[in-house]
Amino acid sequence: MTAIYLLGALVICILLFVNRNRKVNYLLVVVFLLLQWALTAYQFMHRDTEEFCGFFKPDALALLMLTTLSIVAIPAFYHSYVYFQNRRPTPRVRSIYFMSMLLLLAAVSGAYLSNHIAVTWVFVELTTLAASGLVYHHRDASALEGTWKYIFVCSISITLVFIGILFTSIALQQAGEADLSYPMLLEKAASLDVFWLRLAFIFIFTGYTAKLGLVPMYTAGIDAKDKAPSPAGALLSSVLMNMGFLAMFRFYQVIAGTSLHAWSNNVIFIAAGLSVFVSAVYMLKVENIKRMLAYSSIEHTGLVMLGVAAGGVGYYAAVLHLILHAFAKSSLFFQISQVHRIFRSKHISETGNYFKYNLPGAMVLLLGFICATAMPPSGLFISEFMIFRSLFEGHHFVLLVVVLVLLTLIIWAFGKNILKLLFTPLANFDEEKMGKVYGYESISQFVLLGLVIYLGFNPPAEMVALIQDAVKNLPN
Amino acid sequence: MINVLLITFAATLLFIGIANRLLTFIRILALQGILLFGVSFLELNEISPLNLIFILLETIVFKAVAVPVFMNYVIKKNHITRETEPYLPYFLSLVIVTFIIIGTFLISNVIEDPRLNKVYFVVALSSLFTGLYVIMTRKKLITHVMGFLVIENGVFILSLAVGNEMPMLVNTGILLDLFVSVLLLGIFVNRIGDVLQDVDVDQLQNLKD
Repeated sequence: MTAIYLLGALVICILLFVNRNRKVNYLLVVVFLLLQWALTAYQFMHRDTEEFCGFFKPDALALLMLTTLSIVAIPAFYHSYVYFQNRRPTPRVRSIYFMSMLLLLAAVSGAYLSNHIAVTWVFVELTTLAASGLVYHHRDASALEGTWKYIFVCSISITLVFIGILFTSIALQQAGEADLSYPMLLEKAASLDVFWLRLAFIFIFTGYTAKLGLVPMYTAGIDAKDKAPSPAGALLSSVLMNMGFLAMFRFYQVIAGTSLHAWSNNVIFIAAGLSVFVSAVYMLKVENIKRMLAYSSIEHTGLVMLGVAAGGVGYYAAVLHLILHAFAKSSLFFQISQVHRIFRSKHISETGNYFKYNLPGAMVLLLGFICATAMPPSGLFISEFMIFRSLFEGHHFVLLVVVLVLLTLIIWAFGKNILKLLFTPLANFDEEKMGKVYGYESISQFVLLGLVIYLGFNPPAEMVALIQDAVKNLPN
Repeated sequence: MINVLLITFAATLLFIGIANRLLTFIRILALQGILLFGVSFLELNEISPLNLIFILLETIVFKAVAVPVFMNYVIKKNHITRETEPYLPYFLSLVIVTFIIIGTFLISNVIEDPRLNKVYFVVALSSLFTGLYVIMTRKKLITHVMGFLVIENGVFILSLAVGNEMPMLVNTGILLDLFVSVLLLGIFVNRIGDVLQDVDVDQLQNLKD
């Protein structure tokens, strides 16, 4: 089915590129969404069965992320449609946009489902190509700059990952194996050579931080999320980051089975702690709302990785946090699209009094702010609390205190900007030139934020079982 | 014979350190492509026709001909000046690249693995670090792409050293990687040349906080 899905996605991409008719374009997108959901349903029914020469296997983690992607994809396409209704781009620009988005979703799905370290790599590579099409959408000087930086940093990162994979294969050859699939790596983990594995982890971890959004390679992602249209930015800061996590996490599971586990945790602690620090520093001075949201994503992945490194209940919390964050952050990005339509700017100093112009949208922003900063009733509160508990139980007190202080700063900065956008009246704002926004465009955001709250407080038994299954290979 | 080729490859890295014209740089890259073909041809002794075609495609056609021609086209089209414009003097670059090679040589002595040919390891890692060094210290965007190609060459050598039979899919992936990155980067150098007056990193400082 994965092969059929990928082939189908490719065919739809080509058709989108060839065809410039608006209605046919939208029809193709709907067909793709149906295909995406068919894939998700099929994989749920064939859980843990290998397919296509063992290259793909829908395990618990893949299923969770795939479902998240399929849910976020629907509003992403809807808001792209709204975006184009208001912008009226040339047919060529529109079809390239949809083609890139489809390719991105297909590549991310492929990376989720892959059961082989090199197959993951190939799909991660493809996401760079697809995402660059989205980042370059506006075709002006700053979009060009963002795209250039994104492609360059991602290309270097993906090369680093490849070097890491080569080192892994050296280690595996010494253990008398040549098959680089994840089950084989997990099985042989204990007998792998520590020297090569250490090198491999450093390279793979550094490489995937570009997609995951962690120090050191997070920079390109920020520009990309800023320059890409908001619906695309929502995908970049939710499903694409989840993909980076998944790729990194699968290799981390291998490391966790070796004597390097404690050492790798220290590496992750350093990178994740620095990420929270960097995001706090930039949140305090950032002027652009989309960039602020992008930095907030850096903070959240930092927290997720802290949970992973702390272990224990942190593993469960990390996966839950990623899923909920994907919903919360994407709904905020969708809403920013409407903010931009009203104020024709995404700079905090040029926006204000949003409550007056768009009540449902303002509610989304307020609720989204509460959800993204993990205040109750946000489900992220639960997962974040569990992450802190895991840090506490792991006796990482200094780190915990530092992170809590940084989080306070982040919440303050986030709140200051969002409340300014919502309430402060704007001097010399010409309401005549304001773009038109409809209340029903906010429905999807309410649904997503509702999911964040509901899944946090009342997670379905099925989801809990899946998350527990996803982290079962890790030592407690 | 392989060792001779690899050591020649390491010597080209020193040349890259002091190449002061873009054309020289491109020629060195083409030479590296030919050297890589020689190494892989000798290394993979029991080679299947399909694999041979693949390696031919990747090294001779792609690395030694297509990329240099494409680079030349980009430079001509955008009227990029001939100098590589490093931030550091050439002499210092030479010293640093030498230190990189010595450093990786010392690192490789730590490895106690009879299966791994250390010459491969040294050349691959030095080429990786030289590429990163070139990216860090050159001003023009096109030289950044060239630095990236040097890194890719290093990775190619490393994958030969591993000598593992990677699945075909992965080989395709590597080729795709090269193809996509070079083509995309080249296209964007062109675009940047159209939009902005000068194609160097100073032009790319608008996205910040």
